[in-house]
Amino acid sequence: MEINDARIVVTVLGFVCFIAISLWAYSKRASKGFEEAALLPFGEDDLPSPATGRQTKEGNQNG
Amino acid sequence: MQSQTYNYKVVRQFAIMTVVWGIVGMLVGVIAAAQLVWPELNVAEWLHFGRLRPLHTNAVIFAFGGCALFATSYYCVQRTCHTPLFAPGLAAFTFWGWQLVILLAAITLPLGYTSGKEYAELEWPIDILITLVWVSYALVFFGTVATRKTTHIYVANWFYGAFILTVALLHLVNSAEVPVSLTKSYSAYAGVQDAMIQWWYGHNAVGFFLTAGFLGMMYYFVPKQAGRPVYSYRLSVVHFWALIFTYMWAGPHHLHYTALPDWTQSIGMVFSLILLAPSWGGMINGIMTLSGAWHKLRTDPILKFLITSLSFYGMSTFEGPMMSIKTVNALSHYTDWTVGHVHSGALGWVAMVSIGAMYYLIPRMYGKTEMYSTKLITTHFWIATIGIVLYIASMWISGVMQGLMWRATNPDGTLTYSFVESVKASYPFWTIRVVGGLLFLLGMVIMFYNMVKTIAGQKAYDAPVLAPAGAHA
Repeated sequence: MEINDARIVVTVLGFVCFIAISLWAYSKRASKGFEEAALLPFGEDDLPSPATGRQTKEGNQNG
Repeated sequence: MQSQTYNYKVVRQFAIMTVVWGIVGMLVGVIAAAQLVWPELNVAEWLHFGRLRPLHTNAVIFAFGGCALFATSYYCVQRTCHTPLFAPGLAAFTFWGWQLVILLAAITLPLGYTSGKEYAELEWPIDILITLVWVSYALVFFGTVATRKTTHIYVANWFYGAFILTVALLHLVNSAEVPVSLTKSYSAYAGVQDAMIQWWYGHNAVGFFLTAGFLGMMYYFVPKQAGRPVYSYRLSVVHFWALIFTYMWAGPHHLHYTALPDWTQSIGMVFSLILLAPSWGGMINGIMTLSGAWHKLRTDPILKFLITSLSFYGMSTFEGPMMSIKTVNALSHYTDWTVGHVHSGALGWVAMVSIGAMYYLIPRMYGKTEMYSTKLITTHFWIATIGIVLYIASMWISGVMQGLMWRATNPDGTLTYSFVESVKASYPFWTIRVVGGLLFLLGMVIMFYNMVKTIAGQKAYDAPVLAPAGAHA
């Protein structure tokens, strides 16, 4: 196979791969996982609560 | 386990240095802009425009932008993976190593040590240090993702991850060089291949350092500040892969009408045009996250920064593809239009989204819920916005004017204007640019004051690590 054929194959495969990802992303199967993932930043409140946090001069206490 | 806290120390360090390097980098930019208006300001060889300009670009992109990316990626990856940073010793090394890189850049560039590659000027020993820091960064980031307590990897981390991997690849390939002494090296490539690799690097530095990384920031901090999840998660997935599949090809648009083969230029142009789709997909996804909560924009200056940054992102990602069209490029290339385009992206998008994220982060790093003064954030927002508008509008006008003057011909075929006539005609716009830049810098100084007042008297704070919601049961 000529090198240019390999290049064409890679380009076409890349395109097919992208179409497949897009179809998967808009499928019903993916939507439940996406709903969970979209809430990840909200799993916990990141406003400081002195009762549970650690306030030190140095700050970082985890080793 | 009960008392485990997130590693906020390294986030805190990078966040503070983001503001500091922002001021330094933008000050150098203002000086360079003033040197164009008042050439007498080129006082000594190491403060000459030709040496300050790479110092400015390195300082704002890699020092200001880089610190913002380190700070926010470390914050986001820990909190969305519900686990402290992997290898905290390496994380500390990335901070000190990166500061050393910046310091070395600030010394060597004014002294005239350069490999001559735009946005990759630093000489080979510094390139090696960058590689060490970057590999450590990748280990910390992907190590944290690998040890996550959650099922999913949040989309922001995908963007940050792509940014880290791609910048590693770009840096290694483009910095391949043959050292001839401690302070001098030559590129491993020659001729048009060298130019193509340089702009494959250069454009993907824009695409992955200045876009993918900051999109990660957007996908975490816009939902957080708006208090609602991202508008469409599936759109964010398609956005991510579309960006990954297309950005890599757009570099040749920097080399239109050069010795680069014509078909390569055309491919660069076509892929640049395609890029409009994922770019606007991302912008719409970010802005629409606020749908139903638009009223928050009226009162929350942090959201103003974040949403305005997305508007500038949309504007410059429309302008960019347009400028990559060869016939448009024939007018715009080598003029101030390019400089205006870059700054609508750099000030409008990159700086504004970073500033918004820093205003979110800094109080939380010190156990506070908000900055010392919300009013000063609003002041900063308006000063910065007016500064950007002055900057880019003046560059558009001078750029188009320069392009038209350079191509104007008399009936007999001779050029209508000499080059220096276009320089003379540009002076008023360059002066407006200095004013715009000064305003933007002033905004950063206000931010610094606000930051100092927020931190003063406060102790560093580390938030506890909580199990993810699903894992409570």
